[in-house]
Amino acid sequence: MDLTLLTGYGFWNPLLWLAFLLIFGGISYFLWALRGNPAYKPGTEQVKPFISGNPEPAKDLVHIRARHIYWGFVEGLRGYYSFARKMHTGDVRDYALWYLGVGVVVLILLVGGI
Amino acid sequence: MIVEYLPQQFVQNLPALIIAIPLLGAFIAPLLKKHGRAAAGWTVAITGVAFLLAILLMDYVRASQGGMVVYVFGADSPGLTLPSGYTVPVRIMFQIDGLGVLMAFLCTLLPFLAAVYSVGFARKETGLEKYYALMMLMTVGMLGMVLTGDIFNLFVFLEINSIAGAALVGFRNYRGEAAEAGFKYIAISAFGALMVLFSIGILYGKYGNLNIAYLSGVIEYSRLDLIALGLLLTTFALKCGAAPMHHWVPDAYGEAPGSISMMMVISSLSSLYALIRVCFILFGGIVISLPAVGWILIIMGLISMLLGATMSLIQKDIKRFIGYQAVSQTGYMVMAIGVGLAVMGDPVAMQTYGRNALTAGLFHLINDAIYMGLLFLAASAVIYAARTRNMDEMGGLARKMPYTAVFFLIGAASIGGLPPFSGFASKLLIYESVFAFNPVLAVVAMVTSIIALAAFAKQFAAVFLGPPLSNLKRVRESPRSMLIAMAVVAFLTVLFGLYPQLVIDWLVRPAVEAMLNLAGYGAWGGA
Amino acid sequence: MDALVTNFPFVIVAILVAIGFYAVAFKRNLIKIVMGITIIESAVNMFLITLGYVQGAYAPIYTMAPEEAQGNMVLPTPQALTLTSIVIGVAVTALMLAFVVNIYRHYGTLDSRKARRLRE
Repeated sequence: MDLTLLTGYGFWNPLLWLAFLLIFGGISYFLWALRGNPAYKPGTEQVKPFISGNPEPAKDLVHIRARHIYWGFVEGLRGYYSFARKMHTGDVRDYALWYLGVGVVVLILLVGGI
Repeated sequence: MIVEYLPQQFVQNLPALIIAIPLLGAFIAPLLKKHGRAAAGWTVAITGVAFLLAILLMDYVRASQGGMVVYVFGADSPGLTLPSGYTVPVRIMFQIDGLGVLMAFLCTLLPFLAAVYSVGFARKETGLEKYYALMMLMTVGMLGMVLTGDIFNLFVFLEINSIAGAALVGFRNYRGEAAEAGFKYIAISAFGALMVLFSIGILYGKYGNLNIAYLSGVIEYSRLDLIALGLLLTTFALKCGAAPMHHWVPDAYGEAPGSISMMMVISSLSSLYALIRVCFILFGGIVISLPAVGWILIIMGLISMLLGATMSLIQKDIKRFIGYQAVSQTGYMVMAIGVGLAVMGDPVAMQTYGRNALTAGLFHLINDAIYMGLLFLAASAVIYAARTRNMDEMGGLARKMPYTAVFFLIGAASIGGLPPFSGFASKLLIYESVFAFNPVLAVVAMVTSIIALAAFAKQFAAVFLGPPLSNLKRVRESPRSMLIAMAVVAFLTVLFGLYPQLVIDWLVRPAVEAMLNLAGYGAWGGA
Repeated sequence: MDALVTNFPFVIVAILVAIGFYAVAFKRNLIKIVMGITIIESAVNMFLITLGYVQGAYAPIYTMAPEEAQGNMVLPTPQALTLTSIVIGVAVTALMLAFVVNIYRHYGTLDSRKARRLRE
């Protein structure tokens, strides 16, 4: 049974992948087991977050919620996103208009013979 | 070959049985009004039987001459395509080749898993008998679309598919948004389907026949035919959710119950099948000298990929987010198929990379159906447990729902293209084959894949990681039937990722052969 | 003049399709959008029926057919297609109107600019 997938330039073989997983997993485990901070003592003041002596806020408040993740990416592409938001009006008539528009363009391309 | 050991009468009628059994099941389900659990069990049994029949059908088609089966309804014997005295086919026929059995495999596997999932998921809803009846009806619609050899039949099954699908999208009639999504889906589908009917009218008026095999032989390069091609192309692109006509996809996928979202994925993919059938077989004779068709699909694919991936980043609703990712994944397939179409006239390019692009597109179709299904199931399990759809209100759910979290992570890694999950193998094939055609396409595909991975990292981190939240204290792990369905899909994702070559040899290669076998498809058509 | 008479049904089809497109794309009331889709459906049905019409030919009923009908009958396929399409159209229209009723119940409006909580 041949498990190798030829993709044109490269290939993929699960057994090879497993072999590499074992090798690199072994190396990672070795690195992890070898070192470690000897000064780390769980259950002391040391493991608490440092916020300049202020009381620690409730866990609900420190959770990074979905809207905060990639805020910068969306902000950086604000021009693009304002266009994309405008395109998705949610109005059923616009759905039909997009369909008609694309249909007209396709027909012009095909029948016009470009 | 299993089919050799079965009665010949049964095997010959498999194409009719695979439609008839879910149809019968759909009409019996409403009788189980008082017994919601019985309706669920009935649906699991019927869709399971349909799945077994699809496997047998695959075996039968492989064993037949030319890898193709023509089933004639109402004839003296199922194989009697041209009775004596007839030069053109007149009856309704099913024509099943490698591509058809690939789709039939998916169109029965996913409804079966959706039915298993629904046992636990839909337990508390009312009107379950209608839910299950519509579910089987939708299965019939999809199966009919992928098996039929008659273009009007294709329209009828497309409408069955759309009507049942829209009714299921709006199933939760206590939510206004569900009715809105259902209305948008059925309105736009009905509009599109009428254009399909219009182009069928054009073809019938010109050639006086509705059989795809016959039409593929006589189609010619004329204005009317090109108008019909344009209408069919646009409509099936609309129905498979390619941008910029994708607006209904996030609405419908997002508002449908979880199991139905999974079925909606394969329902759109059966429209993609119709697009392939129209481009490669029905109009295969003229598309070969018309690279514009391939380029139209490539451009739609590029827009879908980028727009879907970027729009998903700003979503709040957990399922709408995945809906936009579905648009982006459809883009991959449409682009790969477009590359295959664009080089159809060039035998050398076809041999070196065109065939690989088609293989990649179809393999991605299988993987997409499976991992998209997994993501929708996992996301719906989260909604079911957390009773909110807003990702901003979620967090730390991996503590409460460890299995669901693992399944979601498998789906997310697969869509992001991480080895050894199934998305990796098909995306690798897509990159390498479209790179040979035009490097820009491969670059866009890779950027999209990175955005998808980043987007799912966001979703996973926001929903499953973090401290336990006070508003989610009462969350429990999903019921067992939902976990079983998700486990099966997750297992398939890993299996197809580890052994892609097996799936390609078993399902995809025969399908690609069938796509390019225009002469073989129309050989008996009498044209 | 003769060409105009022959093509007259097709002109009607084109006008109906245009009216339907206009209603779907520019009317705000959801019920009018449904009406637009129904008008397009009628246009397509009329197109199919027109294709099946042959001047001077007979209906394809063999029982008690007159002599001159032999070999001069129309194909029944377009009529069959149209009937199927009408049946499907009824189902689609009923479903769409049911959704419109549901939307009105929850949103209290039929204006497509207001009935759009799903956007972006």
